[in-house]
Amino acid sequence: MQLALQQFINALSLGSIYALVALGVAILFSILRLANFAHGELMTTAGFTLYMTLASGWNWVLAVIAAIAASVVAALILERVAYRRLRNAQPLTLLMTSFAVSVALQSIFLLTFGARPKGIELPAFVDASFRIGGMRVQWLDIAIILITAAIVFGLTLFLRKTVIGLALRSAADDFQTTRLMGVKANALFVGAFVLSGMLAGIAALFYFATVPNVVPSSGFEPMLKGFIACVIGGLGSLPAAIVGGFLLAFLEVGSDALLSDNFSPYLDAIVFLIAIVILRWRPGGIFGVRLTAEQRV
Amino acid sequence: MHLQANDVVMKFKGVTALDGVDMELRKGEIVGLIGPNGSGKTTFLNVLSGVFTPTNGNFRMGDRQWSKVSLREAARLGIRRTFQNIRLFPSFTVMETVEVASAWLDKGDRRENAQIALDALNFGQYRDRIASELSYGMQRRLEIARAIAGRLEFLLVDEPTAGLNHGESQDIVEVLQRIRGQRGCGIVLIDHDLNVIMNVCDRVIVLAEGKIISSGTPQQVRSDPKVIAAYLGS
Repeated sequence: MQLALQQFINALSLGSIYALVALGVAILFSILRLANFAHGELMTTAGFTLYMTLASGWNWVLAVIAAIAASVVAALILERVAYRRLRNAQPLTLLMTSFAVSVALQSIFLLTFGARPKGIELPAFVDASFRIGGMRVQWLDIAIILITAAIVFGLTLFLRKTVIGLALRSAADDFQTTRLMGVKANALFVGAFVLSGMLAGIAALFYFATVPNVVPSSGFEPMLKGFIACVIGGLGSLPAAIVGGFLLAFLEVGSDALLSDNFSPYLDAIVFLIAIVILRWRPGGIFGVRLTAEQRV
Repeated sequence: MHLQANDVVMKFKGVTALDGVDMELRKGEIVGLIGPNGSGKTTFLNVLSGVFTPTNGNFRMGDRQWSKVSLREAARLGIRRTFQNIRLFPSFTVMETVEVASAWLDKGDRRENAQIALDALNFGQYRDRIASELSYGMQRRLEIARAIAGRLEFLLVDEPTAGLNHGESQDIVEVLQRIRGQRGCGIVLIDHDLNVIMNVCDRVIVLAEGKIISSGTPQQVRSDPKVIAAYLGS
């Protein structure tokens, strides 16, 4: 029972990280039809910023703010430099561009920081834990779960109650008609990239708190998981991305708990296999998001 | 104020959808745009509202002149529209649907302004309903409510009675006449129901193969031999 509860908390914590990554990916896809494979590099940007600021002796609060800000700025630079001119391009063109951007950013990280892992000097409280009966629970896991819940709540309020939030939601439904409401296209693109960058930055903080070293390709794995979460949930829908993130995490933690250690090296393969079975059953994802021919990338 | 379109040409990969169309629309007037399928009616609305950039032509409204206009600029000029195939935001409530337009095209409190537009179409008690769950007729009316929120100089309405029964069509006609009366806007109405066109329009323009073949009062157009040959039949 204790073990099951422990695994449940682990899955919730991991699912929170996947859900945040998936949300960042889904926001750009729903509005721009951009499958941004460079999302992982936004996380890596936050990771290296965290490494540099903490290594320079910054207070951890300032380091956290700097990491999120760096991710947002990187997202805005990508929008301005790489994607703005491709607004009316085919989704496949956008997809190839995002691959190129991802590789280019990894190369920049490699040239700047080298290939060796950079250990992030996390503050001691990250490892703090408490006990419930015989079970040891990390405060970090609880913080990740609660902060993610607060972010999802805040994001929902933002998208429902603010002018730019309403416009972002309507653009996700129908971009052209949204512009007929007098909405600036630039406001939509910038708004979407800021949100996506912010979510990537926060997800990166949680990710690097659990894996405290950063290499140029660090963002790839969480980005891949975020994409798979989006696809399982239903690509293009924000609630579906959250559900997909938690489902993927529960599959991963559940498989790890139930299978013997011999299967550990194949954990990702097993989880992805289950994801394929789910998609065979529900090709549009759990929520059955229907994609038009134009939207299929 | 007039909206003047001069020598508008729209070509799609060699196919000429509009071929030198000149049109003057006046505020306070309801103009019917009729013609056979493929005659260029919807294309003309798409050009006016910034959906398409014309191959040639220029436009003037008041002291503004332009040869191409973006969707946003057209909306901010007060050129608003509805679509032949309803294009609401499916996940939005009735209130949110109109709020988006009033937030970006109107000054003051966006919810108050949206409520005014909704009240004009008697949507008061439905404001929290999801747009895509409304009946077809109500979705048509909601599109009109969204189009009148904020600045409105000319309202372009593309087949608003398509798929509606007689009572619902009559309701839409009354709504359009009321909007014209209350807001003083010009209305361009495309519809295949000739009874609607003949009853509600002050002026009718007939397009065929991208050209205007006739224009005048409904009575004049109805008896024009060119219109009878190209569209109305004997």
